[in-house]
Amino acid sequence: MATLEVRDLHVSVDADGQSRQILRGVDLTVKAGQTHAIMGPNGSGKSTLAYSIAGHPKYTVDSGSITLDGEDVLAMSVDERARAGMFLAMQYPVEIPGVSVSNFLRTAATAIRGEAPKLRTWVKEVRESMDLLSMDPAFAERNVNEGFSGGEKKRHEILQMELLKPKIALLDEIDSGLDVDALRYVSEGVNRLAATGETGLLLITHYTRILRYIEPDFVHVFVDGVIAASGGKDLAQELEASGYEKYQKLDSPA
Amino acid sequence: MTQTTHEHVSSLIGSYDPDDFPVPSGREEQWRFTPLKQLRGLVDGSAAASNTMTIAVDAPAGVRTEQVSSSDERARILPGPTDRAAALAASRTSNVTVVTIEQDVVLTEPVWIRCTGANSVSATFQHIVIDVKPLAQAVIVIDRSGSVCLSDLVDVRVADGAQVTVVSLQDWASDSVHLGQQRHLIGRDVSCTSVVITLGGQVVRLVPTVVYDAPGGSAHMFGLFFAREGQFFEHRLFVDHAVPNCTSRVTYKGALQGTENHPSHTVWIGDVLIRSQAVGTDTYEINRNLVLTDHARADSVPNLEIETGEVAGAGHASATGRFDDEQLFYLQARGITAEEARRLVVRGFFHEILQQIGIEQLQARLVARVEGELEGHGV
Repeated sequence: MATLEVRDLHVSVDADGQSRQILRGVDLTVKAGQTHAIMGPNGSGKSTLAYSIAGHPKYTVDSGSITLDGEDVLAMSVDERARAGMFLAMQYPVEIPGVSVSNFLRTAATAIRGEAPKLRTWVKEVRESMDLLSMDPAFAERNVNEGFSGGEKKRHEILQMELLKPKIALLDEIDSGLDVDALRYVSEGVNRLAATGETGLLLITHYTRILRYIEPDFVHVFVDGVIAASGGKDLAQELEASGYEKYQKLDSPA
Repeated sequence: MTQTTHEHVSSLIGSYDPDDFPVPSGREEQWRFTPLKQLRGLVDGSAAASNTMTIAVDAPAGVRTEQVSSSDERARILPGPTDRAAALAASRTSNVTVVTIEQDVVLTEPVWIRCTGANSVSATFQHIVIDVKPLAQAVIVIDRSGSVCLSDLVDVRVADGAQVTVVSLQDWASDSVHLGQQRHLIGRDVSCTSVVITLGGQVVRLVPTVVYDAPGGSAHMFGLFFAREGQFFEHRLFVDHAVPNCTSRVTYKGALQGTENHPSHTVWIGDVLIRSQAVGTDTYEINRNLVLTDHARADSVPNLEIETGEVAGAGHASATGRFDDEQLFYLQARGITAEEARRLVVRGFFHEILQQIGIEQLQARLVARVEGELEGHGV
């Protein structure tokens, strides 16, 4: 069973030539079959956590460790992390002009699986996954993220996740900017993966809305670069009722 | 249209006599980007002509290929060229290759014109004439390779109702110098596509031009260039809208990489002129450049000059940008190696151009060539 361990993680970012600390000692363990929700106000650093785990070059890890099944994730390049079984569904996936979705998916699947999927089964696999997400087959011929609506971008992220079957999936604000229909399809996709018990999920969100569709096993409150509180799904309900204020007050530096 | 006087098209009033043009000093707008010192006498005319380049035409039935003297009327179906290099090319060539696509002929196979250079020490002057008769349909590939010191002129006359695609590929060896002008004179309701691909050579300066001779013509000018260490590529386009209701689209894309000791430099100029009588013109031109490393300079100058208020559409765009790190991150986050990701992005960038060629074999060869250019580039 896959286990992601984050220990005392300190991360900073360079902004205008000055280094600014964002994560100030994060501890987190995510195991296959578990769904974790990380909730927090804007600017609390919760997305930074996801991008640091995925290896975005913008972030510098100052201290602490990240391991996947005991392997040092920080020593891996971005693509090595993905091949080791990590997946990041992005809030703002970029356009790649001239590269079709079908070409992109097949290139990614080939990289992750270590060999090119057999064409016939692959076509069927993609079509079925797209059907489940209510995506038009013509979608596969469009260029990656080019002219996609907000809902199409998120569905495309979930489509990749379902096809690549990661050990650990980090979902960064996958619920933002979605209408109710798109939110339902996206949530169903996440739940299908969760139901396999093979993947550990880390759901990063600002709002509790998506938690009506995806039931977390653990909820963490993220404030000022640390996990200020952890609990079960009840914690999400409490946050919905009373907001982050209490944690911000507790945690604000003197 | 054979006998038109072209009086209404002043851009076509030129001369076949090189002495009608002064030797460029480098201060002229037309020459200000070009490294004149590296042209080995091609423009001042001091180069000794040996004409060692070979030219071979491989054409299906319905195509006539002739070699004629430079003074033959079949060689001079367009008025004299408007710059010194092209006039030298036309007057100093030993013979002119004339390829005629007969009226109503619809070719299913392309015409290949293979130009193979033997050395870059002595100069070659060359003139190719492509005469596409009314209602003919053809794809012509000018496939250039080897080592050259070349000045050439390619004249393409496309008669009423014809549809033609001319692919010109510059795949020269790295010691080559090539100055070229490719003129398209297009008739009524013509569809003319030009695809210019420049990958090899030390200095390559090309001047593709379009002149409309009758209403209803449409021209699509595509270009792809990839300049590596020490290369200078200039593409200077001119589209002359001199008659009503014609359409033009210009799409050129370039990639560059260089080193401190061997910088690369590309120049793209897009001159589009809509004359006062050319009402109903619809034109759009765009140049995009992808800068892969430091020590690479891309000049991009769109010029749109409009002399009438009654255009159907007129626009231009130009953008030069660095390789997008966010694209690399996105692809790498899907397990794709940095090297493969870079190939995907560059291939995607050029896809729009390469898909215009329509010859699968050539397209595959060019994709491989472009990816070959990327090899050896540290990520």
